[in-house]
Amino acid sequence: MMKPLSIHNLSVSFGAVQVLHEVSLEVAAGECFGLVGESGSGKSTILRCASMLNDSWSGTVEIDGRNVREMPVRDRCRTLQMVFQDPYGSLHPRHSIRSALEEGLRVNGIGDRAERMAQAMRDVGLPVDFLDRYPHQLSGGQRQRVAIARALILEPDLLFLDEPTSALDVSVQAEVLNLLVRLQKEKGFTYLMVSHDLAVVDHMCDRFAIMQHGHIVEILSREAITQGTATQPYSRELIGASLEYERAV
Amino acid sequence: MTNAHPTAPAHRTPQFLTATRNILVFLARQPTSLFGLIVLAVLILVAIFAPLIATQDPITQDLNNALQSPNAAHFFGTDELGRDIFSRLVYGARITLTVIFLVTIVVGPIGLLFGTVAGYFGGRVDTVMMRITDIFLSFPSLILSMAFVAALGPSLNNAIIAIALTSWPPIARLARAETLTFRKADYIAAARLQGASPARIIWRSIVPMCLPSVLIRLTLNMATVILTAAGLGFLGLGAQPPMPEWGAMIATGRRYMIDSWWLVTFPGLAILSVSLAFNLLGDGLRDALDPKQMNRR
Ligand SMILES: Nc1ncnc2c1ncn2[C@@H]1O[C@H](COP(=O)(O)OP(=O)(O)OP(=O)(O)O)[C@@H](O)[C@H]1O
Ligand SMILES: [Mg+2]
Repeated sequence: MMKPLSIHNLSVSFGAVQVLHEVSLEVAAGECFGLVGESGSGKSTILRCASMLNDSWSGTVEIDGRNVREMPVRDRCRTLQMVFQDPYGSLHPRHSIRSALEEGLRVNGIGDRAERMAQAMRDVGLPVDFLDRYPHQLSGGQRQRVAIARALILEPDLLFLDEPTSALDVSVQAEVLNLLVRLQKEKGFTYLMVSHDLAVVDHMCDRFAIMQHGHIVEILSREAITQGTATQPYSRELIGASLEYERAV
Repeated sequence: MTNAHPTAPAHRTPQFLTATRNILVFLARQPTSLFGLIVLAVLILVAIFAPLIATQDPITQDLNNALQSPNAAHFFGTDELGRDIFSRLVYGARITLTVIFLVTIVVGPIGLLFGTVAGYFGGRVDTVMMRITDIFLSFPSLILSMAFVAALGPSLNNAIIAIALTSWPPIARLARAETLTFRKADYIAAARLQGASPARIIWRSIVPMCLPSVLIRLTLNMATVILTAAGLGFLGLGAQPPMPEWGAMIATGRRYMIDSWWLVTFPGLAILSVSLAFNLLGDGLRDALDPKQMNRR
């Protein structure tokens, strides 16, 4: 089932520094929504707050009308999962792929584990016998597929993607992005994706928000990238710089 | 292929065994850690087969044969009560091993638990727990053990308790420092997102990461444990006569040292070689468990 996400007036401070200023955004069910902005603008922080990895924030975050703060942990885990930026840091180096995938099933008391793990591996296009490998025996792209499988295995409705391809090289990036697009079509995920690469956003996202210093500058649809319909100076600058860069490449 | 793997444990055990074997092979390849391994193996074998190896009863006195220098009947001579020093050393290995074993199985888990919990939760939990370890750490361990034994009454068991009480704080410190380095790691965040409880995260994700350095530290610690136990024995606060504890043997032999050098020399050599062995083994283990080495397996 597809579920919408709504973030309303999300504010966060680390000590004296306010990192997010009343951020609000709505992600429709089944949509892929992008978050773009310079480094340190608070993109990851939005994901970490909305997923309750960080719980000292104010505002409301609702998934399908349910406040994430009030959701029982199990429900939340089975509704929302995250894929991290760096596949080298997001898999436990001493856990085999099998135990990485099995952990979530065990914690949530889900049966039928062998079959589910095999299915998750097939979903992300990895051979099932990779289950017995350790992360250091996999390439970066394969690790990221495992990280995606780990998120899939709890059958969430909402996936947070924190720059899921930025640690991978270009050819592998395309593979992983296509995998994500295919999974969204097959399973009807709602994606909230952080990226600093507008080409990726153009490829994946229906709409995206441009962020600067913890504020949302503007929310744009995908067409704005090519048609130049952005109104805010910062958005124009960002999109212009990115198009120039692409032309230069 | 797809449904051929019913359960995980069937796969985990061989992995653990191969890792152990690889580490042993690595240790055996270097002369220093090989020496450590051999001494440790000899110590264990001697302790197990003490009744077969010892030539005489370690406690039976024979005043007619007191203070004999090393000869064919008494390899390491006899002490002031005519007891065979070789046999006493052999039985003393049991005491030494018991002390090391008990201290280690108490200190390892306590230190690991304290350190990982403090490191993982941070904040006030961390502050309170680390101040407690600081209090223990602020005394030299021999002095603190002496104070404990003096309070509890001198005996081997109390010496073991005292040594355990004084040697967990460095392990806790180490485990905490290690935990701090990866508590923010994405794989911990992923485990939290999967709904794992803090206890489960500490046990499944953090403890395995701390284990290598804690093991190294424990091994290096064993040398100190042996020396502290011997020190307490020497001061009469550890094993009580007539137990053949190495430190206590030196203490009593001290009075006859000028004429009968063998009374202190052989127990001294035993203590020296065993604590040296543990030090070398710890160093070897540090290389063997180095993450870069681990990646090659
Ligand atoms: N735990 C923390 N303590 C203090 N400050 C933090 C913490 N986490 C993040 N910040 C600050 O919050 C700001 C936003 O960080 P965030 O990680 O969300 O940036 P980002 O947009 O994801 O950047 P990048 O594109 O580099 O990943 C940064 O200025 C960062 O220094
Ligand atoms: Mg980020």
